[in-house]
Amino acid sequence: MKWFKTHKFLLLRRITQLSILGLFMLGPWFGLWIIKGNLTASLILDTLPLTDPYVLLQSLVAGHIPEIIGLVGAGIIILFYLLVGGRVYCSWVCPINIVTDAAAYLRTKLAIKTRTKFSRSLRYWILGMTIIVSWLTATIAWELVNPVSMLYRGLVFGMGLAYAMVIAIFLFDLLISQRGWCSHLCPVGAFYSLLSKFSWLKIDASKRKQCDDCMDCFNICPEPQVIKPALKQFENQSLILSPNCTNCGRCIDICEKDVFNFSIRSHVGK
Amino acid sequence: MSKPKLTRRNFLIKTTTTACEVGLLGAGLAFYANQSKAVPPYVIRPPGALLEDDFLGACIRCGLCVRDCPYDTLRLAELGESVAIGTPYFIARNIPCEMCEDIPCVKVCPTGALDHSLTDINKSRMGLAALIDQETCLNFLGLRCDICYRVCPLLDEAITLDTIHNKRSGKHTMFLPVVHSDNCTGCGKCEYACVLDVSAIKIFPSQLVKGQIGKHYRLGWIEQEKAGGSLLEGIMDLPDRLPEGGL
Repeated sequence: MKWFKTHKFLLLRRITQLSILGLFMLGPWFGLWIIKGNLTASLILDTLPLTDPYVLLQSLVAGHIPEIIGLVGAGIIILFYLLVGGRVYCSWVCPINIVTDAAAYLRTKLAIKTRTKFSRSLRYWILGMTIIVSWLTATIAWELVNPVSMLYRGLVFGMGLAYAMVIAIFLFDLLISQRGWCSHLCPVGAFYSLLSKFSWLKIDASKRKQCDDCMDCFNICPEPQVIKPALKQFENQSLILSPNCTNCGRCIDICEKDVFNFSIRSHVGK
Repeated sequence: MSKPKLTRRNFLIKTTTTACEVGLLGAGLAFYANQSKAVPPYVIRPPGALLEDDFLGACIRCGLCVRDCPYDTLRLAELGESVAIGTPYFIARNIPCEMCEDIPCVKVCPTGALDHSLTDINKSRMGLAALIDQETCLNFLGLRCDICYRVCPLLDEAITLDTIHNKRSGKHTMFLPVVHSDNCTGCGKCEYACVLDVSAIKIFPSQLVKGQIGKHYRLGWIEQEKAGGSLLEGIMDLPDRLPEGGL
Protein backbone atom coordinates (compact mmCIF):
# COMPACT_ATOMS: atom_id res chain seq x y z
CA MET A 1 0.00 0.00 0.00
CA LYS A 2 2.84 2.33 0.82
CA TRP A 3 4.27 1.62 -2.64
CA PHE A 4 1.06 2.83 -4.23
CA LYS A 5 1.09 6.00 -2.18
CA THR A 6 4.64 6.83 -3.21
CA HIS A 7 4.09 5.95 -6.86
CA LYS A 8 0.57 7.22 -7.40
CA PHE A 9 1.34 9.90 -9.97
CA LEU A 10 4.04 7.84 -11.63
CA LEU A 11 1.46 5.11 -12.13
CA LEU A 12 -1.15 7.56 -13.36
CA ARG A 13 1.34 9.03 -15.79
CA ARG A 14 2.33 5.66 -17.19
CA ILE A 15 -1.34 4.74 -17.53
CA THR A 16 -2.01 8.03 -19.35
CA GLN A 17 1.00 7.68 -21.65
CA LEU A 18 0.15 4.10 -22.52
CA SER A 19 -3.58 4.78 -22.89
CA ILE A 20 -2.95 7.58 -25.37
CA LEU A 21 -0.57 5.33 -27.27
CA GLY A 22 -3.16 2.56 -27.01
CA LEU A 23 -5.81 4.79 -28.55
CA PHE A 24 -3.49 5.44 -31.48
CA MET A 25 -2.77 1.71 -31.80
CA LEU A 26 -6.45 0.67 -31.80
CA GLY A 27 -6.63 1.72 -35.44
CA PRO A 28 -3.71 -0.15 -36.96
CA TRP A 29 -4.15 -3.18 -34.68
CA PHE A 30 -7.92 -3.60 -34.51
CA GLY A 31 -9.31 -1.31 -37.17
CA LEU A 32 -10.92 0.87 -34.50
CA TRP A 33 -10.25 4.43 -35.63
CA ILE A 34 -10.98 6.56 -32.59
CA ILE A 35 -7.90 8.63 -33.26
CA LYS A 36 -5.92 8.79 -36.48
CA GLY A 37 -2.47 10.18 -37.14
CA ASN A 38 0.25 10.61 -34.55
CA LEU A 39 1.58 13.21 -32.11
CA THR A 40 2.43 15.79 -34.77
CA ALA A 41 -1.18 15.95 -35.91
CA SER A 42 -4.23 13.77 -35.48
CA LEU A 43 -7.94 13.59 -35.98
CA ILE A 44 -10.28 12.30 -33.26
CA LEU A 45 -13.38 10.48 -34.58
CA ASP A 46 -12.74 12.09 -37.96
CA THR A 47 -13.78 15.48 -36.60
CA LEU A 48 -11.67 16.97 -33.81
CA PRO A 49 -8.26 18.07 -35.10
CA LEU A 50 -5.13 18.23 -32.94
CA THR A 51 -1.85 19.69 -34.15
CA ASP A 52 1.52 20.03 -32.45
CA PRO A 53 2.01 23.80 -32.23
CA TYR A 54 5.82 23.52 -32.25
CA VAL A 55 5.84 21.61 -35.53
CA LEU A 56 3.31 24.04 -36.96
CA LEU A 57 5.46 26.98 -35.85
CA GLN A 58 8.42 25.55 -37.75
CA SER A 59 6.19 25.10 -40.79
CA LEU A 60 5.08 28.73 -40.51
CA VAL A 61 8.61 30.11 -40.39
CA ALA A 62 9.47 27.78 -43.27
CA GLY A 63 7.00 29.88 -45.20
CA HIS A 64 3.97 27.63 -45.38
CA ILE A 65 0.48 28.69 -44.32
CA PRO A 66 -1.44 25.61 -43.13
CA GLU A 67 -5.11 24.83 -43.67
CA ILE A 68 -7.52 26.27 -41.10
CA ILE A 69 -8.04 22.81 -39.60
CA GLY A 70 -4.32 22.61 -38.81
CA LEU A 71 -4.40 25.97 -37.07
CA VAL A 72 -7.52 25.03 -35.10
CA GLY A 73 -5.80 21.83 -34.00
CA ALA A 74 -2.81 23.78 -32.74
CA GLY A 75 -5.14 26.21 -30.94
CA ILE A 76 -6.84 23.35 -29.11
CA ILE A 77 -3.50 21.91 -28.01
CA ILE A 78 -2.22 25.30 -26.85
CA LEU A 79 -5.37 25.97 -24.83
CA PHE A 80 -5.26 22.52 -23.27
CA TYR A 81 -1.66 22.86 -22.13
CA LEU A 82 -2.22 26.41 -20.92
CA LEU A 83 -4.75 24.82 -18.60
CA VAL A 84 -2.85 21.80 -17.32
CA GLY A 85 0.74 23.03 -17.71
CA GLY A 86 2.81 23.00 -20.89
CA ARG A 87 5.27 20.38 -19.85
CA VAL A 88 2.46 18.01 -18.93
CA TYR A 89 3.14 17.02 -22.53
CA CYS A 90 6.60 15.87 -21.43
CA SER A 91 5.66 13.88 -18.37
CA TRP A 92 2.18 12.63 -19.22
CA VAL A 93 2.22 12.13 -23.00
CA CYS A 94 5.71 12.00 -24.50
CA PRO A 95 6.92 8.43 -25.12
CA ILE A 96 10.58 9.38 -24.72
CA ASN A 97 9.77 10.26 -21.11
CA ILE A 98 9.37 6.56 -20.34
CA VAL A 99 12.77 5.90 -21.91
CA THR A 100 14.61 8.66 -20.05
CA ASP A 101 12.83 7.94 -16.76
CA ALA A 102 14.02 4.36 -17.10
CA ALA A 103 17.54 5.59 -17.77
CA ALA A 104 17.41 7.91 -14.76
CA TYR A 105 16.11 5.08 -12.54
CA LEU A 106 18.83 2.72 -13.69
CA ARG A 107 21.44 5.42 -13.33
CA THR A 108 20.53 5.84 -9.68
CA LYS A 109 20.34 2.07 -9.08
CA LEU A 110 23.72 1.46 -10.70
CA ALA A 111 25.18 4.56 -9.07
CA ILE A 112 26.57 5.86 -12.34
CA LYS A 113 28.13 9.22 -11.67
CA THR A 114 29.44 10.55 -14.96
CA ARG A 115 29.60 14.28 -14.91
CA THR A 116 28.93 15.59 -18.41
CA LYS A 117 26.82 18.61 -17.63
CA PHE A 118 24.86 20.83 -19.93
CA SER A 119 23.29 24.11 -19.06
CA ARG A 120 19.58 23.83 -18.47
CA SER A 121 19.10 26.78 -20.77
CA LEU A 122 20.77 24.95 -23.64
CA ARG A 123 17.37 23.60 -24.77
CA TYR A 124 16.13 27.13 -25.39
CA TRP A 125 19.16 27.80 -27.56
CA ILE A 126 18.42 24.61 -29.47
CA LEU A 127 14.76 25.62 -29.73
CA GLY A 128 15.82 28.93 -31.25
CA MET A 129 18.25 27.16 -33.53
CA THR A 130 15.55 24.84 -34.90
CA ILE A 131 13.35 27.84 -35.69
CA ILE A 132 16.19 29.60 -37.51
CA VAL A 133 17.18 26.47 -39.43
CA SER A 134 13.53 25.90 -40.39
CA TRP A 135 13.45 29.43 -41.72
CA LEU A 136 16.78 29.16 -43.57
CA THR A 137 16.12 25.80 -45.19
CA ALA A 138 12.34 26.17 -45.62
CA THR A 139 11.84 22.81 -43.96
CA ILE A 140 10.32 21.62 -40.69
CA ALA A 141 13.87 21.08 -39.54
CA TRP A 142 13.55 19.44 -36.13
CA GLU A 143 11.10 16.85 -37.43
CA LEU A 144 13.93 15.41 -39.51
CA VAL A 145 15.67 14.27 -36.33
CA ASN A 146 13.10 14.59 -33.54
CA PRO A 147 13.26 11.35 -31.52
CA VAL A 148 9.89 12.06 -29.88
CA SER A 149 7.85 11.95 -33.05
CA MET A 150 10.21 9.36 -34.51
CA LEU A 151 9.38 6.93 -31.72
CA TYR A 152 5.66 7.68 -31.76
CA ARG A 153 5.36 7.53 -35.52
CA GLY A 154 7.50 4.44 -35.43
CA LEU A 155 5.12 2.67 -33.04
CA VAL A 156 2.01 3.70 -34.95
CA PHE A 157 3.26 3.50 -38.54
CA GLY A 158 6.48 1.49 -38.65
CA MET A 159 9.77 1.80 -36.86
CA GLY A 160 12.57 1.59 -39.39
CA LEU A 161 15.81 2.42 -37.62
CA ALA A 162 14.08 4.66 -35.07
CA TYR A 163 14.94 2.06 -32.41
CA ALA A 164 18.56 3.11 -32.77
CA MET A 165 17.63 6.69 -31.93
CA VAL A 166 15.70 5.58 -28.83
CA ILE A 167 18.55 3.37 -27.66
CA ALA A 168 20.99 6.22 -28.25
CA ILE A 169 18.94 8.54 -26.03
CA PHE A 170 18.61 5.87 -23.35
CA LEU A 171 22.37 5.30 -23.30
CA PHE A 172 23.05 9.03 -23.41
CA ASP A 173 20.91 9.60 -20.32
CA LEU A 174 22.23 6.49 -18.60
CA LEU A 175 25.93 6.84 -19.21
CA ILE A 176 26.77 10.34 -20.34
CA SER A 177 24.56 12.96 -18.80
CA GLN A 178 22.07 12.75 -15.96
CA ARG A 179 18.60 13.67 -17.25
CA GLY A 180 20.51 14.92 -20.27
CA TRP A 181 17.88 14.76 -22.93
CA CYS A 182 14.60 15.84 -21.37
CA SER A 183 15.95 18.36 -18.89
CA HIS A 184 18.73 19.93 -20.93
CA LEU A 185 18.53 19.40 -24.68
CA CYS A 186 15.08 18.62 -26.03
CA PRO A 187 13.61 21.66 -27.83
CA VAL A 188 10.12 20.13 -27.80
CA GLY A 189 10.13 20.32 -24.01
CA ALA A 190 11.59 23.82 -24.23
CA PHE A 191 8.71 24.88 -26.46
CA TYR A 192 6.14 23.47 -24.06
CA SER A 193 7.99 25.21 -21.23
CA LEU A 194 7.09 28.47 -22.92
CA LEU A 195 3.43 27.52 -22.47
CA SER A 196 4.12 26.54 -18.86
CA LYS A 197 5.07 30.15 -18.18
CA PHE A 198 1.41 31.07 -18.40
CA SER A 199 -0.27 27.83 -17.45
CA TRP A 200 -2.85 27.39 -14.77
CA LEU A 201 -2.27 24.09 -12.99
CA LYS A 202 0.80 24.19 -10.78
CA ILE A 203 2.41 22.22 -8.01
CA ASP A 204 2.15 23.92 -4.67
CA ALA A 205 4.51 23.42 -1.72
CA SER A 206 1.56 24.47 0.40
CA LYS A 207 2.62 22.71 3.60
CA ARG A 208 6.24 23.69 3.33
CA LYS A 209 6.40 24.39 7.05
CA GLN A 210 6.33 20.61 7.51
CA CYS A 211 9.43 20.13 5.34
CA ASP A 212 12.17 18.31 7.20
CA ASP A 213 14.89 18.81 4.57
CA CYS A 214 15.10 15.12 3.69
CA MET A 215 15.93 16.03 0.06
CA ASP A 216 13.73 13.24 -1.34
CA CYS A 217 11.96 15.62 -3.70
CA PHE A 218 15.22 17.10 -4.99
CA ASN A 219 16.54 13.65 -5.69
CA ILE A 220 13.49 12.40 -7.55
CA CYS A 221 12.70 15.59 -9.49
CA PRO A 222 13.83 15.70 -13.13
CA GLU A 223 14.20 19.46 -12.81
CA PRO A 224 15.24 19.88 -9.14
CA GLN A 225 16.12 23.54 -9.57
CA VAL A 226 12.43 24.39 -9.82
CA ILE A 227 11.62 23.33 -6.26
CA LYS A 228 13.82 25.59 -4.25
CA PRO A 229 12.13 28.94 -4.91
CA ALA A 230 8.74 27.59 -3.86
CA LEU A 231 9.95 25.49 -0.97
CA LYS A 232 12.59 27.71 0.57
CA GLN A 233 13.02 31.14 -0.97
CA PHE A 234 9.88 33.16 -1.23
CA GLU A 235 7.89 34.35 1.75
CA ASN A 236 4.41 34.63 0.31
CA GLN A 237 4.59 32.25 -2.62
CA SER A 238 4.65 28.50 -2.44
CA LEU A 239 3.72 27.63 -6.04
CA ILE A 240 6.32 26.08 -8.29
CA LEU A 241 6.20 28.68 -11.02
CA SER A 242 9.27 27.67 -13.00
CA PRO A 243 8.20 26.81 -16.55
CA ASN A 244 10.56 23.85 -16.48
CA CYS A 245 8.42 21.97 -13.94
CA THR A 246 6.71 19.13 -15.79
CA ASN A 247 3.85 18.63 -13.31
CA CYS A 248 4.90 15.00 -13.10
CA GLY A 249 3.86 14.86 -9.47
CA ARG A 250 6.79 12.77 -8.28
CA CYS A 251 7.47 15.24 -5.46
CA ILE A 252 3.90 14.78 -4.26
CA ASP A 253 4.40 11.02 -4.38
CA ILE A 254 7.70 10.92 -2.60
CA CYS A 255 7.26 13.50 0.16
CA GLU A 256 6.60 11.84 3.51
CA LYS A 257 5.41 15.07 5.02
CA ASP A 258 2.86 15.72 2.28
CA VAL A 259 4.29 19.13 1.56
CA PHE A 260 3.23 19.23 -2.08
CA ASN A 261 -0.10 19.14 -3.86
CA PHE A 262 -1.56 20.22 -7.18
CA SER A 263 -3.02 23.68 -7.08
CA ILE A 264 -4.04 26.44 -9.39
CA ARG A 265 -2.34 29.66 -10.13
CA SER A 266 -5.17 32.14 -9.65
CA HIS A 267 -5.06 32.31 -5.87
CA VAL A 268 -1.65 33.97 -5.80
CA GLY A 269 -1.23 37.61 -6.49
CA LYS A 270 1.61 37.21 -8.92
CA MET B 1 26.21 24.77 -4.57
CA SER B 2 28.81 27.36 -5.42
CA LYS B 3 28.45 28.98 -8.78
CA PRO B 4 31.24 30.82 -10.61
CA LYS B 5 30.83 34.54 -10.23
CA LEU B 6 28.78 36.05 -12.99
CA THR B 7 31.08 38.74 -14.24
CA ARG B 8 30.58 40.40 -17.58
CA ARG B 9 33.58 38.49 -18.88
CA ASN B 10 32.19 35.13 -17.77
CA PHE B 11 28.79 35.95 -19.18
CA LEU B 12 30.20 36.89 -22.59
CA ILE B 13 32.44 33.83 -22.76
CA LYS B 14 29.63 31.47 -21.78
CA THR B 15 27.15 32.99 -24.16
CA THR B 16 29.59 32.94 -27.06
CA THR B 17 30.56 29.35 -26.36
CA THR B 18 26.96 28.19 -26.26
CA ALA B 19 26.11 30.15 -29.38
CA CYS B 20 29.00 28.52 -31.22
CA GLU B 21 28.09 25.03 -30.03
CA VAL B 22 24.45 25.36 -30.93
CA GLY B 23 25.41 27.11 -34.16
CA LEU B 24 27.53 24.14 -35.14
CA LEU B 25 24.65 21.81 -34.35
CA GLY B 26 22.38 24.06 -36.40
CA ALA B 27 24.76 24.02 -39.35
CA GLY B 28 24.70 20.23 -39.27
CA LEU B 29 20.93 20.21 -39.11
CA ALA B 30 20.69 22.72 -41.95
CA PHE B 31 22.94 20.63 -44.20
CA TYR B 32 20.93 17.55 -43.36
CA ALA B 33 17.67 19.42 -44.06
CA ASN B 34 18.94 20.51 -47.46
CA GLN B 35 20.17 17.03 -48.24
CA SER B 36 16.79 15.58 -47.39
CA LYS B 37 15.22 17.55 -50.24
CA ALA B 38 16.98 15.20 -52.63
CA VAL B 39 14.58 12.33 -53.08
CA PRO B 40 15.20 9.20 -55.15
CA PRO B 41 13.39 9.44 -58.51
CA TYR B 42 11.18 6.40 -57.86
CA VAL B 43 9.64 8.09 -54.83
CA ILE B 44 6.27 9.53 -55.82
CA ARG B 45 4.42 11.92 -53.52
CA PRO B 46 0.62 11.69 -53.05
CA PRO B 47 -1.76 13.65 -55.33
CA GLY B 48 -1.65 17.40 -54.89
CA ALA B 49 1.73 17.33 -53.13
CA LEU B 50 3.61 20.61 -53.30
CA LEU B 51 6.95 20.58 -55.06
CA GLU B 52 9.63 18.87 -52.97
CA ASP B 53 11.24 22.19 -51.97
CA ASP B 54 8.00 23.39 -50.40
CA PHE B 55 6.75 19.98 -49.32
CA LEU B 56 9.26 19.51 -46.49
CA GLY B 57 8.23 22.83 -44.99
CA ALA B 58 4.55 22.02 -45.25
CA CYS B 59 4.13 18.32 -44.49
CA ILE B 60 3.66 17.81 -40.76
CA ARG B 61 4.26 14.02 -41.00
CA CYS B 62 1.00 13.03 -39.34
CA GLY B 63 0.19 10.19 -41.71
CA LEU B 64 -3.49 11.07 -42.05
CA CYS B 65 -3.19 10.74 -45.85
CA VAL B 66 -1.79 7.25 -45.35
CA ARG B 67 -4.71 6.35 -43.10
CA ASP B 68 -7.36 7.64 -45.48
CA CYS B 69 -5.89 6.00 -48.58
CA PRO B 70 -8.32 3.11 -49.25
CA TYR B 71 -5.76 1.10 -51.22
CA ASP B 72 -2.80 1.15 -48.83
CA THR B 73 -0.82 2.87 -51.56
CA LEU B 74 0.82 5.45 -49.34
CA ARG B 75 3.37 4.87 -46.62
CA LEU B 76 5.41 7.07 -44.32
CA ALA B 77 9.17 7.06 -44.76
CA GLU B 78 10.97 5.41 -41.87
CA LEU B 79 14.35 6.28 -40.44
CA GLY B 80 17.03 4.77 -42.65
CA GLU B 81 15.20 5.30 -45.94
CA SER B 82 16.48 7.92 -48.31
CA VAL B 83 13.27 9.93 -47.99
CA ALA B 84 12.73 12.59 -45.30
CA ILE B 85 11.48 10.65 -42.28
CA GLY B 86 7.74 10.61 -41.74
CA THR B 87 6.80 11.99 -45.14
CA PRO B 88 4.27 10.09 -47.29
CA TYR B 89 5.12 8.54 -50.64
CA PHE B 90 4.44 5.57 -52.84
CA ILE B 91 6.43 3.48 -55.27
CA ALA B 92 4.41 3.00 -58.43
CA ARG B 93 5.91 -0.39 -59.24
CA ASN B 94 4.72 -1.71 -55.84
CA ILE B 95 1.28 -0.12 -55.50
CA PRO B 96 0.16 2.65 -57.85
CA CYS B 97 -2.31 5.40 -57.06
CA GLU B 98 -5.89 4.33 -57.82
CA MET B 99 -6.95 7.93 -58.41
CA CYS B 100 -10.04 8.05 -56.14
CA GLU B 101 -12.49 10.63 -57.41
CA ASP B 102 -13.00 12.15 -53.96
CA ILE B 103 -9.22 12.27 -53.27
CA PRO B 104 -9.46 11.39 -49.54
CA CYS B 105 -5.70 11.77 -48.96
CA VAL B 106 -5.80 15.41 -50.01
CA LYS B 107 -9.00 16.21 -48.14
CA VAL B 108 -7.67 15.03 -44.80
CA CYS B 109 -4.30 16.82 -44.99
CA PRO B 110 -4.30 19.36 -42.14
CA THR B 111 -1.60 21.60 -43.57
CA GLY B 112 -2.22 21.73 -47.29
CA ALA B 113 1.08 20.02 -48.06
CA LEU B 114 -1.32 18.14 -50.28
CA ASP B 115 -2.91 21.11 -51.98
CA HIS B 116 -6.64 21.34 -51.24
CA SER B 117 -7.25 23.24 -54.46
CA LEU B 118 -6.90 19.92 -56.24
CA THR B 119 -10.48 18.71 -56.60
CA ASP B 120 -10.28 16.84 -59.89
CA ILE B 121 -7.96 13.86 -59.59
CA ASN B 122 -7.38 13.91 -63.34
CA LYS B 123 -5.63 17.23 -62.85
CA SER B 124 -3.16 15.87 -60.32
CA ARG B 125 0.48 15.70 -61.34
CA MET B 126 2.21 13.20 -59.07
CA GLY B 127 4.86 12.61 -61.67
CA LEU B 128 5.12 11.89 -65.33
CA ALA B 129 5.28 8.54 -67.09
CA ALA B 130 8.17 8.07 -69.46
CA LEU B 131 8.59 5.10 -71.74
CA ILE B 132 12.21 5.19 -70.93
CA ASP B 133 13.44 1.94 -72.45
CA GLN B 134 12.35 1.53 -76.05
CA GLU B 135 14.72 -1.39 -76.51
CA THR B 136 12.75 -3.71 -74.25
CA CYS B 137 9.21 -2.37 -74.65
CA LEU B 138 7.30 -5.18 -76.37
CA ASN B 139 5.32 -2.76 -78.52
CA PHE B 140 8.55 -1.26 -79.80
CA LEU B 141 9.61 -4.79 -80.70
CA GLY B 142 6.54 -5.00 -82.87
CA LEU B 143 4.35 -7.04 -80.49
CA ARG B 144 0.92 -6.05 -79.27
CA CYS B 145 1.34 -5.86 -75.52
CA ASP B 146 -0.43 -2.50 -75.14
CA ILE B 147 -0.89 -3.05 -71.40
CA CYS B 148 0.31 0.39 -70.33
CA TYR B 149 -2.12 1.89 -72.79
CA ARG B 150 -4.98 -0.32 -71.61
CA VAL B 151 -4.59 0.26 -67.86
CA CYS B 152 -4.19 4.01 -68.14
CA PRO B 153 -7.10 5.69 -66.30
CA LEU B 154 -7.03 8.37 -68.99
CA LEU B 155 -7.19 5.96 -71.90
CA ASP B 156 -6.25 7.53 -75.21
CA GLU B 157 -5.52 10.82 -73.47
CA ALA B 158 -2.45 10.28 -71.34
CA ILE B 159 -1.09 7.40 -73.43
CA THR B 160 -1.91 6.96 -77.10
CA LEU B 161 -0.72 4.37 -79.56
CA ASP B 162 0.98 5.86 -82.56
CA THR B 163 1.28 3.64 -85.60
CA ILE B 164 4.45 3.24 -87.59
CA HIS B 165 5.60 0.80 -90.24
CA ASN B 166 7.46 -2.23 -88.91
CA LYS B 167 10.62 -2.25 -90.95
CA ARG B 168 11.82 -5.54 -89.50
CA SER B 169 8.92 -7.64 -90.71
CA GLY B 170 8.28 -5.36 -93.64
CA LYS B 171 4.55 -5.87 -93.57
CA HIS B 172 3.27 -5.12 -90.07
CA THR B 173 2.40 -2.02 -88.12
CA MET B 174 4.00 -1.15 -84.78
CA PHE B 175 1.81 0.48 -82.13
CA LEU B 176 4.05 2.75 -80.11
CA PRO B 177 2.84 3.97 -76.71
CA VAL B 178 3.28 7.73 -76.46
CA VAL B 179 2.82 9.60 -73.17
CA HIS B 180 1.20 13.02 -73.26
CA SER B 181 2.37 15.19 -70.41
CA ASP B 182 -0.65 17.47 -70.48
CA ASN B 183 -2.87 14.56 -69.44
CA CYS B 184 -0.62 12.16 -67.52
CA THR B 185 -1.27 12.31 -63.75
CA GLY B 186 1.66 10.12 -62.79
CA CYS B 187 -0.59 7.60 -61.05
CA GLY B 188 1.80 4.81 -61.99
CA LYS B 189 -0.68 2.22 -63.21
CA CYS B 190 1.33 1.80 -66.44
CA GLU B 191 4.58 1.22 -64.57
CA TYR B 192 2.82 -1.21 -62.23
CA ALA B 193 1.26 -3.13 -65.09
CA CYS B 194 4.25 -3.37 -67.43
CA VAL B 195 4.80 -7.09 -68.03
CA LEU B 196 8.59 -6.89 -68.24
CA ASP B 197 10.76 -7.98 -65.33
CA VAL B 198 11.86 -4.38 -65.08
CA SER B 199 9.27 -1.94 -66.30
CA ALA B 200 10.06 -0.16 -69.56
CA ILE B 201 7.70 2.68 -68.66
CA LYS B 202 8.37 4.47 -65.39
CA ILE B 203 7.03 7.38 -63.38
CA PHE B 204 9.47 10.14 -62.50
CA PRO B 205 9.07 13.55 -60.96
CA SER B 206 8.03 15.56 -63.97
CA GLN B 207 10.88 18.07 -63.72
CA LEU B 208 13.24 15.14 -64.31
CA VAL B 209 11.45 14.10 -67.48
CA LYS B 210 10.13 17.23 -69.11
CA GLY B 211 12.13 19.30 -71.54
CA GLN B 212 11.25 22.90 -72.12
CA ILE B 213 11.24 24.87 -75.35
CA GLY B 214 12.94 28.25 -75.16
CA LYS B 215 10.49 30.94 -74.07
CA HIS B 216 11.07 32.97 -77.22
CA TYR B 217 10.40 29.99 -79.45
CA ARG B 218 7.21 29.93 -81.55
CA LEU B 219 5.97 26.96 -83.49
CA GLY B 220 4.88 28.30 -86.86
CA TRP B 221 2.00 25.97 -87.48
CA ILE B 222 0.53 26.61 -84.04
CA GLU B 223 0.83 30.37 -84.41
CA GLN B 224 -0.75 30.07 -87.81
CA GLU B 225 -3.66 28.13 -86.36
CA LYS B 226 -4.10 30.67 -83.57
CA ALA B 227 -4.10 33.59 -85.99
CA GLY B 228 -6.32 31.76 -88.41
CA GLY B 229 -3.89 32.23 -91.22
CA SER B 230 -0.32 33.05 -92.07
CA LEU B 231 1.12 35.88 -90.01
CA LEU B 232 3.12 37.21 -92.94
CA GLU B 233 1.50 38.20 -96.15
CA GLY B 234 2.80 37.41 -99.57
CA ILE B 235 5.11 34.53 -98.70
CA MET B 236 6.27 32.80 -101.83
CA ASP B 237 5.59 29.07 -101.81
CA LEU B 238 8.71 27.50 -103.26
CA PRO B 239 8.39 24.12 -104.93
CA ASP B 240 9.09 21.24 -102.52
CA ARG B 241 12.16 19.20 -103.27
CA LEU B 242 11.09 15.64 -103.71
CA PRO B 243 13.30 12.57 -103.71
CA GLU B 244 14.68 11.69 -107.07
CA GLY B 245 12.17 9.94 -109.27
CA GLY B 246 9.33 11.61 -107.44
CA LEU B 247 6.74 9.78 -105.38
